[in-house]
Amino acid sequence: MSNGTTTLEPNSREASDPAGAHARGVGLPPTDIRNPDYFHKVVDCQWACPAHTPVPEYIRLIAAGRYTDAYMVNWKSNVFPGILGRTCDRPCEPACRRGRIEPNPVAICRLKRVAADNKDDVRGLLPIAPAKKNGKRIALIGAGPASLTVARDLAPLGYECVILDQDARAGGMMRTQIPKFRLPETVLDEEVGYVLDLGIEFVGGKHIDSLKALIAEDFDAIFVGCGAPRGRDLDIPGRKEASANIHIGIDWLSSVSFGHTTKIGKRVIVLGGGNTAMDCCRSSRRLGGEDVKVVVRSGFAEMKASPWEKEDATHEGIPIFNYLVPKEFTHKNGRLDGVRFEKVKAVRDEKGRRELVPTGEPDQHFPCDDVLVAVGQENAFPWIERDIGIEFDRSGMPKVDPKTLQSTHPKVFFGGDSAFGPKNIIWAVAHGHDAAISIDKLCRGEDMNDRPPPLVNLVSQKMGIHEWIFDNDVSLDHRFKVPLRDQSVTLKDIRAEVELGFDRALGFKEAQRCLNCDVQTVFTRDLCIECDACVDICPVDCITFTGNGPESDLRKRLTAPAENLTQDLYVSPPLKTKRVMIKDEDVCLHCGLCAERCPTGAWDMQKFLLDMAQATGGKQCRHG
Amino acid sequence: MTYIVKPKLHHPKLPHNKLGFTHRDYEGKVSTLCAGCGHDSISAALIQACFELDLPPHRIAKLSGIGCSSKTPDYFLGQSHGFNSVHGRMPSVMTGANLANRDLIYLGVSGDGDSASIGLGQFAHCLRRGVNMVYIVENNGVYGLTKGQFSATADKGSKSKRGASNQDSPIDLVGMAFLMGASFVARSFSGDKKQLVELIKAAIAHRGAAFIDCISPCVAFNNHPGSTKSFDYVREHNEAVNSLEFMEAKQEIKADYAPGTSALVRQHDGTFLNLKKLAADYDPTDRNGALAFLQRHQAAGEIVTGLLFVEPEPEDMVARLNVTKTPLNRLGEAELCPGSAILEKINAELR
Repeated sequence: MSNGTTTLEPNSREASDPAGAHARGVGLPPTDIRNPDYFHKVVDCQWACPAHTPVPEYIRLIAAGRYTDAYMVNWKSNVFPGILGRTCDRPCEPACRRGRIEPNPVAICRLKRVAADNKDDVRGLLPIAPAKKNGKRIALIGAGPASLTVARDLAPLGYECVILDQDARAGGMMRTQIPKFRLPETVLDEEVGYVLDLGIEFVGGKHIDSLKALIAEDFDAIFVGCGAPRGRDLDIPGRKEASANIHIGIDWLSSVSFGHTTKIGKRVIVLGGGNTAMDCCRSSRRLGGEDVKVVVRSGFAEMKASPWEKEDATHEGIPIFNYLVPKEFTHKNGRLDGVRFEKVKAVRDEKGRRELVPTGEPDQHFPCDDVLVAVGQENAFPWIERDIGIEFDRSGMPKVDPKTLQSTHPKVFFGGDSAFGPKNIIWAVAHGHDAAISIDKLCRGEDMNDRPPPLVNLVSQKMGIHEWIFDNDVSLDHRFKVPLRDQSVTLKDIRAEVELGFDRALGFKEAQRCLNCDVQTVFTRDLCIECDACVDICPVDCITFTGNGPESDLRKRLTAPAENLTQDLYVSPPLKTKRVMIKDEDVCLHCGLCAERCPTGAWDMQKFLLDMAQATGGKQCRHG
Repeated sequence: MTYIVKPKLHHPKLPHNKLGFTHRDYEGKVSTLCAGCGHDSISAALIQACFELDLPPHRIAKLSGIGCSSKTPDYFLGQSHGFNSVHGRMPSVMTGANLANRDLIYLGVSGDGDSASIGLGQFAHCLRRGVNMVYIVENNGVYGLTKGQFSATADKGSKSKRGASNQDSPIDLVGMAFLMGASFVARSFSGDKKQLVELIKAAIAHRGAAFIDCISPCVAFNNHPGSTKSFDYVREHNEAVNSLEFMEAKQEIKADYAPGTSALVRQHDGTFLNLKKLAADYDPTDRNGALAFLQRHQAAGEIVTGLLFVEPEPEDMVARLNVTKTPLNRLGEAELCPGSAILEKINAELR
């Protein structure tokens, strides 16, 4: 770490082991805990989060009733805690360690909402853009999460940011595609407002039809965050004839969002199995659709929609039919009257690839009044001239450096869905942070490939004998369900939010389920007397003292087999008896009993806090 | 002591034994002994041994006296019977329990103070009577509860934490067990769980008086340079005479040792002890030879561990006394009070 702010305590005297197994090439080398990645990976949720939000840190703050502080930890990392607390794709939850010990992970996403719902006025805590600007002007195309993140990171540094969007109000897909019953407008306005209030110029209703013209203007950098705005169509017989009642999913959602569309036929078929399809079918239920069904080509399990979104649709009485491929829109007298499907099944070809083949059964026909097509989104850049130095690949996507987000034009950056195709809000935020660092470095004439390291801190949690700063009493509660508003209300009013969110009491109980994976078990070889106390007390049998060996062999002969290869083994340097301490990080409860029962303090519980570098991070990302 | 409750959550891949239990099901309360105490490792070894033997916890009785060691039955086998007796009197209670109910498995847990000082006589007599039991002495050479005075097993010349040297001769409990006729004698070390678990399993299967002297460093008062019962000293001077593999059936023998390096002992209950010889001249079925070997090596400052002696066909107290096979608590009133006519008959036989 070159910035001098890291206070990692190295594992003392990482002596070489000339006689030991490692030197002979048959054992694992001692773990280098000074590499920030090692402990970062142990915090599974933070590691999985594209923006690397310090999840356990804010969950502890929620448990302590410090909602505002919890909100600010989030705001710094992911910019939209209230929005994400309702709509995030939650890559953190499948990663959560708790989900490997009992059936369900901590409800991380909904806890984020608890912080947002219960915080005090945070405006006094937000950064303020300096009155004196630094003279650099940045244009941001599209007012979605990616552009807003870039602007939030750059404005406090004195950059003049101009966001251009075709819609009258900022928010991008968060406003046009996410239904109000999942994300109330007030929450969106509040968090978009926090960014725009940093003195950012928002130009609404502005359609960009030439990037060349924009480049010609006086901007120091241009960020393209226009999303993946084109819904894929389905070109099958009857498409043209029945077009009056066939709608493209995202366009239809946007029209619903702006109030242009207020009703739909009684019988609706939604084609597609992604989250857009789920939003389409649930919106239909609220606009007069009584018999709404979702039909997908492949199996139910293969659907792209998040499991909880499928569950929400099913809960509203929407059946999902699978293994049906649409063949024809049927119509009578110029009006759509149904969709004909071919029945298919999944088989593996000789190369093991999964493909769908017809079963040979007769086609199935579902009558309907309207069809919503939600079979995917595409990027479209008709407004980017192909002769201005921006290269595109064969699939029509711009060539973008995944680290710097820079295109082949030095001043043009891409982020969010427009960079690498449709992903989700939290990825757009992560791209935004990275692009902001690049833009800042570009404007100051620095090498943007020299990325600033994260700020890492590792601090002992011991207060005294048997006293720890963190609450290490592991809760045995199972995941709590988020209370829902009654369907008699939600199915009648498309603006009525379905989820009520955890109240404070339930939020506290759910927060207690967090295992505090950021409070690391740190082992100091020189203090260990090999008394086995930690091995004996560990509730999940994750500690072993044994002879070193190749990893595949070691993993089999630990106290409990270490079969999860995605989780590291923490290996000590050789001990007095020539053995090594090996800890399988996989299901460690971070309860602290090893440190509690260690007579010499060879085990300590140390809180690992990793803050990703951001452009606004001040000195952190600016060497020297 | 530890105030954190040990979470009930366990490793998802934890093996289950024939009864469907994991080793966690054989645990007791969280230890209140000093962190790092060797006794806690012995508790863990007992848990592991009972788990591996598929023992139903309610068929086990744990008995102890007074001292750090005698507190430990609270920290393992939470579902088993327990009796915490008067100081040094555990052997008598265990003998009585054995007479009343020969069906239970008896674990006598004691320490060097409880067995080598105040209870030395009791210790000797229960071994010579051949009570069917596992008698474990958690031997740390100090009185830990009263801040580390030398106990009767402290070696001559060993140093206390304050630097004082012990002038008295030590009581060698293993030597006494040999002399008192114990039919199973072993010594182990709390820091060598692999050896200890196998010895405990073999001792439980043994139907007779089984004694295990387990050196268990006291981290608070006897784990310093100059101590002969510290982790470092024991590791440096540990001379294991054999390596034991306890097996429930002969076909489980996997290791194929060179001839003469391994011995197979069939126990009375059909279990097998597969002994890999580490000391070439050591025969654990030869009581006199073994005792001489022990004294020779002890004089050289070595701590001999392993299965030191086993009598493959032992005879236990209840067999010698022809005690009723049905435990007293399962006999009815008619059997226990056969009436005055029978009493008359017995009295007549004695006249």
